[in-house]
Amino acid sequence: MKRYIISRLLQAIALVIGVLFIVFIMLHLTGDPASLMVSRNASPEDIEKIRHEFGFDKPIIVQFANFLKGAFIGDFGMSLRYRQPAMKLIIERLPATIQLATAALLFSLIIGIPIGLLGGSNPNTGLDLVARTTGLIGQTIPSFWLALMLIVVFAVKLRWFPTFGRETVKLLGINFPTKSIVLPAFALSLFTTGQLARFTRSSVLEIKNEDYIRTAYSKGLPRRIIYVRHILKNAAIPIISIVGVQFSYLLSGSIYIETIFSWPGLGQLLAEAVFTRDFGLVQATAFFTSVVVVVLHLLTDIAYGLADPRIKYR
Amino acid sequence: MDDKKANNKNVTGLMIDEEKKKGIFYFFYYVGRLLWKDKTGLVGLLIFLSVIISAVFSPYLAPYDPLKQNLKISKTPPVWYKNGSIHHIFGTDDLGRDILSRIIYGSRVSLTVGFFGVLIASSLGMIIGLVSGYVGGKLDSVIMGAVNLILALPYLVFVVFIAAILGRSLLNVILIFGFTDIPIFVRVTRGEVMQMREEGFIEAAQSVGATTSRILFKHIIPNLIGPIVTLATFEMSAMIFYESGLGFLGLSVPPSVPSWGNMLSVGRQYITIYPWIAAYPGLAIVYTGLGINLLGDWLRDVLDPRLRRAKK
Repeated sequence: MKRYIISRLLQAIALVIGVLFIVFIMLHLTGDPASLMVSRNASPEDIEKIRHEFGFDKPIIVQFANFLKGAFIGDFGMSLRYRQPAMKLIIERLPATIQLATAALLFSLIIGIPIGLLGGSNPNTGLDLVARTTGLIGQTIPSFWLALMLIVVFAVKLRWFPTFGRETVKLLGINFPTKSIVLPAFALSLFTTGQLARFTRSSVLEIKNEDYIRTAYSKGLPRRIIYVRHILKNAAIPIISIVGVQFSYLLSGSIYIETIFSWPGLGQLLAEAVFTRDFGLVQATAFFTSVVVVVLHLLTDIAYGLADPRIKYR
Repeated sequence: MDDKKANNKNVTGLMIDEEKKKGIFYFFYYVGRLLWKDKTGLVGLLIFLSVIISAVFSPYLAPYDPLKQNLKISKTPPVWYKNGSIHHIFGTDDLGRDILSRIIYGSRVSLTVGFFGVLIASSLGMIIGLVSGYVGGKLDSVIMGAVNLILALPYLVFVVFIAAILGRSLLNVILIFGFTDIPIFVRVTRGEVMQMREEGFIEAAQSVGATTSRILFKHIIPNLIGPIVTLATFEMSAMIFYESGLGFLGLSVPPSVPSWGNMLSVGRQYITIYPWIAAYPGLAIVYTGLGINLLGDWLRDVLDPRLRRAKK
């Protein structure tokens, strides 16, 4: 187990270094990062000023070395628009995104897993059809369109929820969102709900046909005990890995939803940074979300290893 | 002898050798029969074909010029609203352009991006995957390292990043999706090649002196077609999805081009007052996605039951 964790940790570190390289290269894709950062009618002097301020006039190796040095101490330069360190902006926006992703994950777990369980335990029935349709819906309805339609129905027509914005109440020093989180979280959760329903269903279907389940039945164990002790426990293992991957998807995939609902999180920050051509900030956000994703995948793998003793011997 | 071994596993499970000899008509008959047995696949295929027809024959199907503005009739609601107009079934947008016509023309952007994006990703991905799986060794480790790195990135964030840097054009969008989607094809191709190695028929062919190109074209590639076609279908649906998302953020094709994403982007600004501007282009995305996904599920069952899609 120890060796497994160490090897996964080394992989994660290698990934982070790779991400740094990619994020750095990205700005140099067109060859001239300085002119990317200014509006189209900027004067050559303005471009020259930016070029100097960001050090784009130095040799590329020196630039990369400086970038790495900064990254090591969490310094990703200043945001052009906010005139503040990029990392500071990101940290400020993080809580709103984590709250949104967590709420979305809760929706998905509460809706997706029971639907998948019911479908998987009753194959080829109406319940199964519901589970399969949920999986398909999650894949075919774009979250940004669903978000707009939710606004039309639940905010404009029924007035149950605000159309946009994040309203909070302070509890124990933390700002908790009020019901304003419901629509964005639900829209964001749809894809994950579908995936969870899909994987839970197929996981249960697969395990139901295992020999040990037949043995359990032939021993005369009641159905309820077989489900709780044997099927659910084993079905949970692959679901752990899906949940981990999906949570990182929810954290990084909230660009549309946060933009639509003016939810002041990382996704909105990224969208704003793209539109104001604040590429230093885009770079920092991309790096930060990548690291979050890598760390989450690492934790998922470790949790998976703990839950499934077979992994130990890999 | 080596040929016979390959036949046992044959091409895709879709046709066995005798059926192949009966020619192209039998092939269509056979596929038709399979589709008839599984109605969801048939529905998927029909939906997909209808989108293709809409893209190819847009000028004949669209009632109006999708670019023609008429501010006098702007924001006309769909026909079933009480002040709707029979002339504009899905209503008009903020500039008085006919929404139905724009949806029909919009299918062109979606399908072009989906088709060429998948073409680039699958062909390059297959070549790299073949090299990685067949040659193996250090090269394989390097390629798989890069593949795992790219697959570990938050896809949407990076696609938005690249799109913002390259700027709005159809070609850029195709290139972005074509190149960022290579890794998944590499991974699947390599996985298949590895599995074929384990099954031993490649070794068998080598031992009777078959050349590398013969092994590649006679044994490996025919067995790859099934999984790659299935993957390509799902990836096409994903690209259409992502293209509309980029359009929605204002990062896909130029705003003058009628595309579903661009229409949603405009519709979003009016969502609280004129919801139909965003509603119907979104339905077009759902409709297309549904068709391709149903078709993909069917292809997966028919072509390669082993392939389980693992992505992001």
